[in-house]
Amino acid sequence: MDKRYTSDAEGQKTYIFTPGQLSEIEAVLAEELLDVGVHSVTLIDMAGNIISTLDDGENKHDLYSLAALAAGNFGAVSTMAGLVGEDEFSLLFHKGKKENIHFNKVTDEFLLITIFGKELSLGFLRLKVAEATDKLMGLLKPGS
Amino acid sequence: MAIINLKKKQVQAKIVYYGPGRGGKTTNLEYIYKKFRTRIQTEMVTIKTHGDRTLFFDFLPIDIGKIKGYDIRIQLYTVPGQVKYESTRRLVLRGVDGIVFVADSLAVRRKENVLSLKSLADNLASYKKSILDIPLVFQYNKRDLLDEGIPLLPVEWLEKDLNSKLKVPYFEASALKGPNVVQTMKKIIILTIDSLRKDLT
Repeated sequence: MDKRYTSDAEGQKTYIFTPGQLSEIEAVLAEELLDVGVHSVTLIDMAGNIISTLDDGENKHDLYSLAALAAGNFGAVSTMAGLVGEDEFSLLFHKGKKENIHFNKVTDEFLLITIFGKELSLGFLRLKVAEATDKLMGLLKPGS
Repeated sequence: MAIINLKKKQVQAKIVYYGPGRGGKTTNLEYIYKKFRTRIQTEMVTIKTHGDRTLFFDFLPIDIGKIKGYDIRIQLYTVPGQVKYESTRRLVLRGVDGIVFVADSLAVRRKENVLSLKSLADNLASYKKSILDIPLVFQYNKRDLLDEGIPLLPVEWLEKDLNSKLKVPYFEASALKGPNVVQTMKKIIILTIDSLRKDLT
């Protein structure tokens, strides 16, 4: 049986991001999140690949490992939600002494990870993440 | 689900090592990590139980240089092999671009190999992917144990059990000692990138 490789068949989709699209995504991440004082913000897909990442230049994290773990973590929590009869848990947030991590689903395929310090309140951060998510949804639609 | 970044001219693809428990998936990644330490800028991530078994996955990102002007970044993952972690294996397979099936050559593990391959096909189907279409390589691991007189499955049997319909490349390997570990990885990377080639303009 011959094997055929198709990158655009259902379930095999490859995401191609143009320079223009990535610049628009980066502008949203910068204006909505980096400018209000988050330490870093990373847009990933649910497979754990990084689409775009911005940071304040002071906090260097291993973002590839973080993306892989975040995608796994998000998948695990979604499965847990299903087990207790929820579609999903709306707040995914880990609090540390200096750094906090907030996860937000943008679409079924993309996840936004924001790392921020104690100078930002969770409420304000969630508001800004929601605004960024609305804008990103428009940019991540197929064909946009 | 590979990501092609035309701004940075970068490709990210996900390759998963799948197979029955204690078959050598983590050992493959550990060997690669040691061998290519200079090319891997981060620590290998492992989520293990106290008994040193993989609980969630292992993760190793590796830069393999340029193809057609694109920087190629491969994310290597393993799944937990133990039967009870089926839902975790399914999670790790999300967005997979290429698979190495690490089969255990021990004669007593014949059935486990077949069951694990069946679970791979089922889990791929849950993402609307077919085991017949995805880039796939078999690795028949632990061949070094033949020298120690331990009963192993002949390669012909492994081929008949696992690869008679798929007819994909296979390697006889020893993840512990190294033979064909790198060759297995190179082959799956080539097949995976080849499957993306028409998108790399």
